[in-house]
Amino acid sequence: MSTLSKDDNLVLSSEDSSCPEESELELGLGLSLSGSSKDFPSSASSPSSSSSSSPNFTAGTKRAADSLAANNRPSQVVGWPPLRTYRVNSCNYNSHTKSPEVFDSVAEKKKRHLRSSLFVKVNMDGIPIGRKVDLSAHSSYETLAQTLEDMFNESTTVITCKGSNGEDHGIIIGGERHSKLLDGSSKFVLTYEDKEGDWMLVGDVPWGMFISSVRRLRIMRTSEANGLGPRLEENIRQKSKPI
Amino acid sequence: MECKRKNEKSKSNSTFPDEVLELVLGMLKSRKDKSTVSLVCKEWYNAERWSRRSVFIGNCYSVSPEILTRRFPNIRSVTLKGKPRFADFNLVPANWGADIHSWLVVFAVKYPWLEELRLKRMTVTDESLEFLALKFPNFKALSLLSCDGFSTDGLAKIAANCKNLTELDIQENGIEDKSGNWLSCFPESFTSLEVLNFANLHYEVNFDALEKLVSRCKSLKTLKVNKSVTLKQLQRLLVHAPQLGELGTGSFSQELTPQQCSELGSAFKNCRNLHTLSGLWVATAQYLPVLYSACTNLTFLNFSYAPLDSDDLAKLLVHCPKLQRLWVVDSVEDKGLEAVGSHCPLLEELRVFPADPFDEGIVHGVTESGFIAVSQGCPRLHYVLYFCRQMTNAAVATVVQNCPDFTHFRLCIMHPGQPDYLTQDPMDEAFGAVVKTCTKLQRLAVSGYLTDLTFEYIGKYAKNLETLSVAFAGKSDWGMRCVLDGCPKLRKLEVRDCPFGNVALLSGSRKYESMRSLWMSDCKVTMNGVRLLAKEMPRLNVEVIKEERYETHQARKVYVYRSVAGPRRDAPPFVLTL
Repeated sequence: MSTLSKDDNLVLSSEDSSCPEESELELGLGLSLSGSSKDFPSSASSPSSSSSSSPNFTAGTKRAADSLAANNRPSQVVGWPPLRTYRVNSCNYNSHTKSPEVFDSVAEKKKRHLRSSLFVKVNMDGIPIGRKVDLSAHSSYETLAQTLEDMFNESTTVITCKGSNGEDHGIIIGGERHSKLLDGSSKFVLTYEDKEGDWMLVGDVPWGMFISSVRRLRIMRTSEANGLGPRLEENIRQKSKPI
Repeated sequence: MECKRKNEKSKSNSTFPDEVLELVLGMLKSRKDKSTVSLVCKEWYNAERWSRRSVFIGNCYSVSPEILTRRFPNIRSVTLKGKPRFADFNLVPANWGADIHSWLVVFAVKYPWLEELRLKRMTVTDESLEFLALKFPNFKALSLLSCDGFSTDGLAKIAANCKNLTELDIQENGIEDKSGNWLSCFPESFTSLEVLNFANLHYEVNFDALEKLVSRCKSLKTLKVNKSVTLKQLQRLLVHAPQLGELGTGSFSQELTPQQCSELGSAFKNCRNLHTLSGLWVATAQYLPVLYSACTNLTFLNFSYAPLDSDDLAKLLVHCPKLQRLWVVDSVEDKGLEAVGSHCPLLEELRVFPADPFDEGIVHGVTESGFIAVSQGCPRLHYVLYFCRQMTNAAVATVVQNCPDFTHFRLCIMHPGQPDYLTQDPMDEAFGAVVKTCTKLQRLAVSGYLTDLTFEYIGKYAKNLETLSVAFAGKSDWGMRCVLDGCPKLRKLEVRDCPFGNVALLSGSRKYESMRSLWMSDCKVTMNGVRLLAKEMPRLNVEVIKEERYETHQARKVYVYRSVAGPRRDAPPFVLTL
């Protein structure tokens, strides 16, 4: 019969394919924003709880299912719910009823309009000339970050933005492609000004919610990003280790 | 003009001359029948292949254009499907493949009289569209659904050069929308259009050009315009084309005077042949009544991009007694679905899409009671696609009791792994009821918190099942094995985020040759398992999509399919062909 190497014997040895802890954790929901994500999306809860608790999605465990049900949000799992991109983009705009300044002024209370484009300004610290990006062309933080990366093509600097599950997701601008964050040298964070005039860290809220409240983007130096949230400062502290 | 048989001796005892046999076999309509007769004997195989005018290829990599053209010399119509279905949900990276161009190059030589091309999930470039427009003088019908890689420039080439075009159908594609100028490229002399669908394109077309086009194409039966067309403009189009059978409106929101409103109502009333209505986009409820008079013979209402509420829908449905297919947004809520049950006794298909799939706002959507209400009023219901946030086992059991004839049952409980919200039980019994009761079931999509029991039920009862979609479900390899062992007619199995590993994958080795394809992503399959499958089954194409961030021994995205064309030669670097 067939032979498998040792690491597969574990799988073959029993019908119940319960695997060691590591691979079980990796059976996440394939969240696109962080390859190492082990947490189930819990965007409803505060950042601190989502990092400490690990409601791993082990299919078949009722407890896990309960915690999923408690969250009660499809959230930002890649390709879920299963809807074509065209339709998803249309849906995003349906949620825009809450942000009239982003809308045509013709919008009435009951009607939901489908928008065509959503250009916002993007400025990067240290670069005098800003750019504009069409947020409607994106349906996730990842593609947005990629686009910004292409736009602001500098040598080996890293933008840090958070995935919606709270995990950090570093994007390299220019230079070689490294995996995720460069150790301790991410100099920039991606932030946005919301409709209330506050500057927020990109990535905390589901994409659709972000779209409905964003006014403009700023790629900010980490050193200036104080007070954007205890988690971010924690990250900054962790990364800036003495050499 | 046709390819004539040359030097083919038919050394047979048949009383029919070849030409007669060809003629007879050519009258067969069903693909399955055509395949069956080709297996009877060599003579029938030959007659069938010469008589074949249209071909459907469910997986473009299962065969090569060379093999296709060798077997079928006289094809006029080609339908091709490319990427795995989960590509629609961003699970397949860009540049994966399924490019139409290599096919067109061969077709230009072997099928110069090609008339129809229908593509789904293929990559189509502007160059390919131009090639198509210039190399095929008899080209008539182009349909692109969920394709990518082209822009409106390509459409302009089609419009400008295809003198015999009857159909241009562009739907839900990843198209680069540059402008609406393409429509103006139809020459003044061009009159053959019968189907025009540009509903999903963004930019405004030149209305004057559109109006003239519609008025001179007397055979136009299907017209689906995009959002940029206003109500006033729509009225003018309808006046030119009262013969329309399928209409996709533009944006249904514009301030109209009473006079204009009345004119619009009359225009709709004159469309006595209307059987399919879609569009609306931005539904200003106050103008919906203009549609009422056109709804008498309506069989298909596609309001899946129109966020109506329950009252608007109910008022409209009163006028649609003959409705067979209905697509709506869940903004209509359970109350809207109750109206469906009350007014549409002939309903056969229902699709309910979510208005707010990521829960940004305060969402109600539809629940199990809406589902039950429809099933109570619509006993002929056999196709359902239902996005919801809560469901119970009991409700599904009731639904299939009311409607035992389901052929397509696609239930999407939007929160992954969610149990019966009343009992907190797994949703196993729901799908158990579906497969036990609906013996004609061909397609099933499951969701919610499911153990292996669901798959035991499927394997035991779903004997006609052809397509199964599974996400965030199951407990162990046993689940997938039950399906692979138990469903004799299974053709497509697509699985994501389930705890099925190598044992499950390998248990279906023999079976995959009788299936079109298998997709497994974010399961527990490893590279070793995949390599073993490839080794055991050399005639299968076993592919892994590699993504840098994952560890190397995991096989995160696996695509297995049968093919007579051998391994892909056009695979990009991130697709490993084993």
